[in-house]
Amino acid sequence: MTVIEPKGPEVPAKRPRRAHAAELSAFGEPFLWAHGGALAIGIVLIIGFLVLVLWNGIATFWPRPVAVVTLEDGSLVAGEPSRTEPFRPGPELLSSLSETQRQTVAAADGWAERRLYRIGNYDLYNEDFRWIADYAVARVDYPPEMVFVERLEWGPFVGMVQALAVGGETRTAASLRPGELQSELAKAQDRWQRIRHIERSLIGAVNHEMERERLAVRRAILDHGAGSPAALAAQAAAERRMKPLEERYQALAAEARAIKDADAAVTITLADVGGRDKTMPLSQVVRIYAANDLSLIEKLGVYVSRWWEFLSEEPREANTEGGVFPAIFGTFAMTLLMVIVVAPFGVITALYLREYAKQGRLVSIVRISVNNLAGVPSIVYGVFGLGFFAYILGGSIDDLFYPERLPSPTFGTGGLLWASLTLALLTVPVVIVATEEALAAVPRSMREGSLACGASKWQTIRNIVLPRAMPGILTGLILAMARGAGEVAPLMLVGVVKLAPELPIDGYFPYVHLERSFMHLGFHIYDVGFQSRNSEAGKPMVFVTTLLLIGLVAAMNATAIVIRNRLKRKFAVGHF
Amino acid sequence: MDAAATTTRDAFEPTEYHQAKSSQGEIIEIKDFNLWYGQAQALHDVNMTIEKGMVTALIGPSGCGKSTLLRCLNRMNDLIDNLKIKGRMTMDGMDIYAPGVDVIGLRKRMGMVFQKPNPFPKSIFENVVYPLRVDGVRDRRELEEACRRSLEAAALWDEVKERLEDNALGLSGGQQQRLCIARAIASDPDVLLMDEPCSALDPIATSRIEELIDELRGTYTIIIVTHNMQQAARISQNTAFMYLGRLIEYGQTEVMFTSPFQRRTQDYVTGRFG
Ligand SMILES: Nc1ncnc2c1ncn2[C@@H]1O[C@H](COP(=O)(O)OP(=O)(O)OP(=O)(O)O)[C@@H](O)[C@H]1O
Ligand SMILES: [Mg+2]
Repeated sequence: MTVIEPKGPEVPAKRPRRAHAAELSAFGEPFLWAHGGALAIGIVLIIGFLVLVLWNGIATFWPRPVAVVTLEDGSLVAGEPSRTEPFRPGPELLSSLSETQRQTVAAADGWAERRLYRIGNYDLYNEDFRWIADYAVARVDYPPEMVFVERLEWGPFVGMVQALAVGGETRTAASLRPGELQSELAKAQDRWQRIRHIERSLIGAVNHEMERERLAVRRAILDHGAGSPAALAAQAAAERRMKPLEERYQALAAEARAIKDADAAVTITLADVGGRDKTMPLSQVVRIYAANDLSLIEKLGVYVSRWWEFLSEEPREANTEGGVFPAIFGTFAMTLLMVIVVAPFGVITALYLREYAKQGRLVSIVRISVNNLAGVPSIVYGVFGLGFFAYILGGSIDDLFYPERLPSPTFGTGGLLWASLTLALLTVPVVIVATEEALAAVPRSMREGSLACGASKWQTIRNIVLPRAMPGILTGLILAMARGAGEVAPLMLVGVVKLAPELPIDGYFPYVHLERSFMHLGFHIYDVGFQSRNSEAGKPMVFVTTLLLIGLVAAMNATAIVIRNRLKRKFAVGHF
Repeated sequence: MDAAATTTRDAFEPTEYHQAKSSQGEIIEIKDFNLWYGQAQALHDVNMTIEKGMVTALIGPSGCGKSTLLRCLNRMNDLIDNLKIKGRMTMDGMDIYAPGVDVIGLRKRMGMVFQKPNPFPKSIFENVVYPLRVDGVRDRRELEEACRRSLEAAALWDEVKERLEDNALGLSGGQQQRLCIARAIASDPDVLLMDEPCSALDPIATSRIEELIDELRGTYTIIIVTHNMQQAARISQNTAFMYLGRLIEYGQTEVMFTSPFQRRTQDYVTGRFG
C-alpha cells in the first residue's frame, strides 16, 4: 500500500491506513451468512413442527374410507387403511409363505411393504389395528355398504348394518327407510342423555345434599362430642331431612330405570366382514356412517361433528376417545388463576426491588437468585408445591375448616389452587425480570416531571411509572402464561389427574371449587400418548390435543398482545 | 474567592425601578453551596440570594452547573445516587436540606420546566391538571378552569382547545414544552424554575413565553436558565454568570450586560467565548 506523503513540513504526516481488506471482520458477509443460516434453521424447525402438528391434528377427524382386503388365503379383513412401512420378513415368516410370495420378497432383496389397517371391533378380535403385508393381499375393495360405527365402549366397529330392532319389531338393513337409522339414533342418544342427566345432575344433587347432612352431623359430633344433646339434635334433624331426599332418590332412580328399559328395547345388529354379528343397544352408538358412500358435504358433517364432540364432551375409553372439554377448562382455569396470582406478586416484588430497595449488594444477590430460580427444574417446584402447599398449608386448612371430612382430604391434597400457586411460583421470576426491565426503561425525565409537580413517590409510580411500564409488564405475563400453560411435570404432583369426575366450577355452593383436582391438556397428551392401552389409537388424539393446547396458548397470548399493543400505541411518540 | 459576586451589588446604585421591585425582599438564599457528583465537583462555594418577585437569569457556558444549581432548589437531585452536597439553601428562611423537611410541600411551591419537554403519556388535559390531581383536587370545574388558565398563559390554548383529550405525546416538540410550562404553573407555585424553556421553541412562541414571564413577574419568583443573552437581557432583573461550577458574577442585569466587573463576564456576554 502506498501512502502519499503530504507536501510541506508543517502538515503532519498522515497515519498510514491499515490494509484492512485482508481482514475477515472487515466484511459483513461471512457473519451475515451465519446469522441467516441460524435464523433459517430455527424457522425450518419451528415451521416443520407446526406443520406436522397442524396437518396431523387437522386430518385426524376427516372420515376415511373403509377398505375390504381379500387376502391370498381367501379371508377378508376390513378397516381404515393408514400408514405403510417397509419391513424385513424373518426366516420363520418366510418359510410359512407360498412360493410366489417368497419370490416377490426375494426380488426386493428380502424387503416387503406392509400397511396398517384400523380394523376396530376390539370386542371380537382383541386388537384394534393389524399390519397386512402387501404380498398377502389379493384384492382391495371399497364396498358402499361398509359402515364405520363409533361406540361408547369397545372402540369403533367396522362392518355392515344387519338389522335394527325397535320395540320387538325387527327391520333388516334392506328394509330400512333412508334416514330412519339416523333418526332412531338421534332418539336413542336423546334417551341416553336423559339417563345421564338424571343419574349425574339430579341424583348427584341429591347425593350432594345427603353428604351435607352427614357432614353436619359429624361436625356436631366433633364440636360437642358424641351423645351430647347438640349432636343428638343434629342427628335427629338430619334424619328428618334425609327422608324426603331418600324418597326423591328412589323416584329419580325409578325414572332412570324406566328410560333404560325403553332404551334396551332398541338394538342394532352389526356384522363384521367375516359374518360374525354383534347386537347392542342403539344408544351405545355415538356415530354411524357409510364410510365409502359419503358425499363431500356428509364428510364435512362428520368432520365438524367430531370436532364438536372433541371440544365439548368428556373423554371416554381411557381418554383415547370422546372429547377433552374438562382438560380445556382445567388448563384455562389454572392458567387464569396463575396469572391472577403471579401478576400482582411479581409486579409488587419488582417494584420494591427497582424503586424502593437501596441498590446494593443485597439487592444484586436477590436479583441474581431470582434469575436463577428460572432455571430450577420444574419438577422441583412440583415437589415443593406438594409438600408445602398441599400437605402443610392444605393440611392446616383441613384441620381448621373441614375436620368433619377427615381423613379424606379437602385442601390437603393436590388441586386447582395448589397447582396454580405452584405454577405462579415457577413463573414469577419471568414476571419479576420483565417488570424490572420495564420499570428501568421508564425515562427518568418522566419521573422527574411528576416529582417536580409535587407528586409523592407512590403517586409517581402509580400514575406515571406503572402505566408507562405496563406493556413491558404484559410481555412478562405473556411469557409466564405461555410457560405455565405448557408445563406438565410439576402438575402431576399437585393436582392434575387422568380423569376428573367434576369440573372445578359447578352449580353447587360455593360454585368455585379450588380444591378439586382437574384435567390438563398437557397431561392429557402424555396420558393418551404414553399411558393408554392402545397407543396407536391414541396417536391422532395426541396431535389434536397438541394442536388444541398450542391454539389455547396462542389465543391467550394473542389477547394479551392485543392489550399490550393498544397500550403501546398510547406511548408512541408522535414527533421526532 | 467569590469576592466579585458579593461586591458587585454594592458597587452599583440600584435604579429606582429595581428598588421598587426589590422591596419585596429575598425569598431564596444560597450559602457556600458545594456539590459533588461522585468524585467530580460540579458546584464550588456558590453564594447568592434570589429576590422575591423578580426574574433571575442564570447564564454561562454549557456544563458550568446551571441546571445542577436549579435542580438543587427543588431537590430534584435527590434522585441521583452518589450525590454529595455541602452548604445551605433556604427558602423563606426554611432550610431546604434540613433533615425531615417536607420535600413534596417544597416542590409544590416550586414549579419546574425542564430543559427537554417531558409530557406524560396522558391526555393534554390530564397533563396540565396533574399537579392538582396529586393534590387531591377532584372538582371537574376547578380542574377545567385551571387547565384553561394555564394553557392560555402558556400560549397553547388556541392550538389545543379542540383536542384536550388527545394524547400529549402527539404534540410537536415546541407545543410539548409549552404544555410543560402550563403544567408547571397550573398549581400556582411561588417560584418557577425554568431550565432553558425556550430552547425548543420558534421565535413567536419564544416571545409569547417571554411575555408570559413578564406577566408572571411580581406574582412569581422566576429563575430561568438561558443561553440566549438577548433573552436574559430582555426578561430578567438579575443575572448570574456561572463558569466551571463557580458563580463568577451576580448582579442587576443592566449592569451585567453593560459594565460587568469581571473580565470573563464581559467576554461571555459579548460573545467572545463560551
Ligand atoms: N447526573 C450527573 N452525574 C454526573 N455528573 C453530572 C450529572 N449531571 C451533570 N453532571 C455534570 O455536572 C456538570 C454541570 O452540569 P449541568 O447539567 O448543571 O450543566 P449546565 O450548565 O446545565 O449545562 P447546559 O447548558 O449544557 O445544560 C457537568 O460537567 C456535567 O457533566
Ligand atoms: Mg442544563
